[in-house]
Amino acid sequence: MKHARIRHQGVIHSVTVEEDNAVRLADGRLLAEDAVEWLPPATGSMFALGLNYADHAAELSFKAPTEPLAFIKSPGTYTGHNQVTWRPDNVAYMHYECELVAVIGKPARNVKREDALAYLAGYTVCNDYAIRDYLENYYRPNLRVKNRDATTPVGPWIVDASDVADPSRLKLRTWVNGELKQEGTTADMIFDIPYLIEYFSSFMTLQPGDMIATGTPEGLADVVPGDEVVVEVEGVGRLVNRIISEGEFFARKNEA
Amino acid sequence: MRPALDHVATGTLFGVALNYRGLLESRLQEFQQAPYQKPPVKPVLFIKTPNTRNGHGQPVVYPQGVERLQPGPALGVVIGRSASRVRAEDAMAHVAGYVIVNEFSLPEESYYRPAVKAKCRDGFCPLGPEFVPAADVQDPHALTLKLFVNGQLRQENTTANLVRGIPQLIEEISEFMTLHEGDVLITGTPEGRVDVQPGDVVEVEITGLGRLANTVVAE
Repeated sequence: MKHARIRHQGVIHSVTVEEDNAVRLADGRLLAEDAVEWLPPATGSMFALGLNYADHAAELSFKAPTEPLAFIKSPGTYTGHNQVTWRPDNVAYMHYECELVAVIGKPARNVKREDALAYLAGYTVCNDYAIRDYLENYYRPNLRVKNRDATTPVGPWIVDASDVADPSRLKLRTWVNGELKQEGTTADMIFDIPYLIEYFSSFMTLQPGDMIATGTPEGLADVVPGDEVVVEVEGVGRLVNRIISEGEFFARKNEA
Repeated sequence: MRPALDHVATGTLFGVALNYRGLLESRLQEFQQAPYQKPPVKPVLFIKTPNTRNGHGQPVVYPQGVERLQPGPALGVVIGRSASRVRAEDAMAHVAGYVIVNEFSLPEESYYRPAVKAKCRDGFCPLGPEFVPAADVQDPHALTLKLFVNGQLRQENTTANLVRGIPQLIEEISEFMTLHEGDVLITGTPEGRVDVQPGDVVEVEITGLGRLANTVVAE
């Protein structure tokens, strides 16, 4: 089953997602995909992996890490399916990153690899945009690069873990304005999901709603205002986002 | 009556690294190493996840298999009104008040490594003993911080030595992300970090904000 959070007529609802991405409210009403505002399906901390695909690490001329390189994102950066993200004025390079996200379902502490998947609620997709100009340090991406307002689309929904037979062989793809730009497979992850759950839970308690964004394969390209960016993980979801300018973003924000 | 800390400081815990002049100066040589070869340009920020939240009088767990644990005395700024693209001269109007933070951490091998393992362990961020409204603090940039271990003074500094003061931090951070009501900005920990052991009573005192006490216990 697919679970989402939406806003409709000013009220936030937990919904299930049916055919054609229509959403079913708790009272039984069915609403079309484009009739609702999609919200991030989880709002915990996000543990985002850097350089977790060997080809991407090579693309950036770095050696693959020997221990997970993780940084944390806060809920302020998340946005939902069909929402907008802003590109700052006067930057040279802003890129998307299609990622499979594992969503924690129950508190996880000292979990062994073989039990790890039982701690998941399910999976979602994120687009972990970065503005390369602000990257002072690859090993510790600053919040200016990775925690900007509305710069991490997440969603559209969470697919139950039991509905994904094998998270380690899913195709990831990104299209910009309909053109396929990024293609990879979760089989190429350096540290897979069971490893990451064992790793994080060995020193801290992962909480329900926390997310592990598992990194992105090669194939990054610059995006500009007006671009429509679609990231998809096979069997999990297809997340649509549009880039607008800094001026438009803050004008909208001030109106809201 | 003052609002309870648990009712106001409910948001994200944002930390600022390298925000005391003495600490920054002690690391300058390291920043000249390859591949970066220059000191950080913008504030170096990190997040303490919600599982790190802890309170006055509560134990802090010394993790098994860890060689060193260090407290991090810091002034916490509690945001009272969401701040997006706020100029320094208007920034203080977004501050609800202050709280003492003890930002526990394992020593980091390198500035170039992410700090999750060092900073995000359960209970590694005591806050307290209470929320102090902004109106009750005359000048947040002239406060003395003291760290006591088992009653002995081990570290002392002043918020006059912040590299970036509160208005500048709020301006530079809110340029790209909103600081929301209830978020806590941990303004930095001074140089000269101290190791603590299981059994130690660790206290942080800041002028006018009280004294935050925690006991270190073995895992």
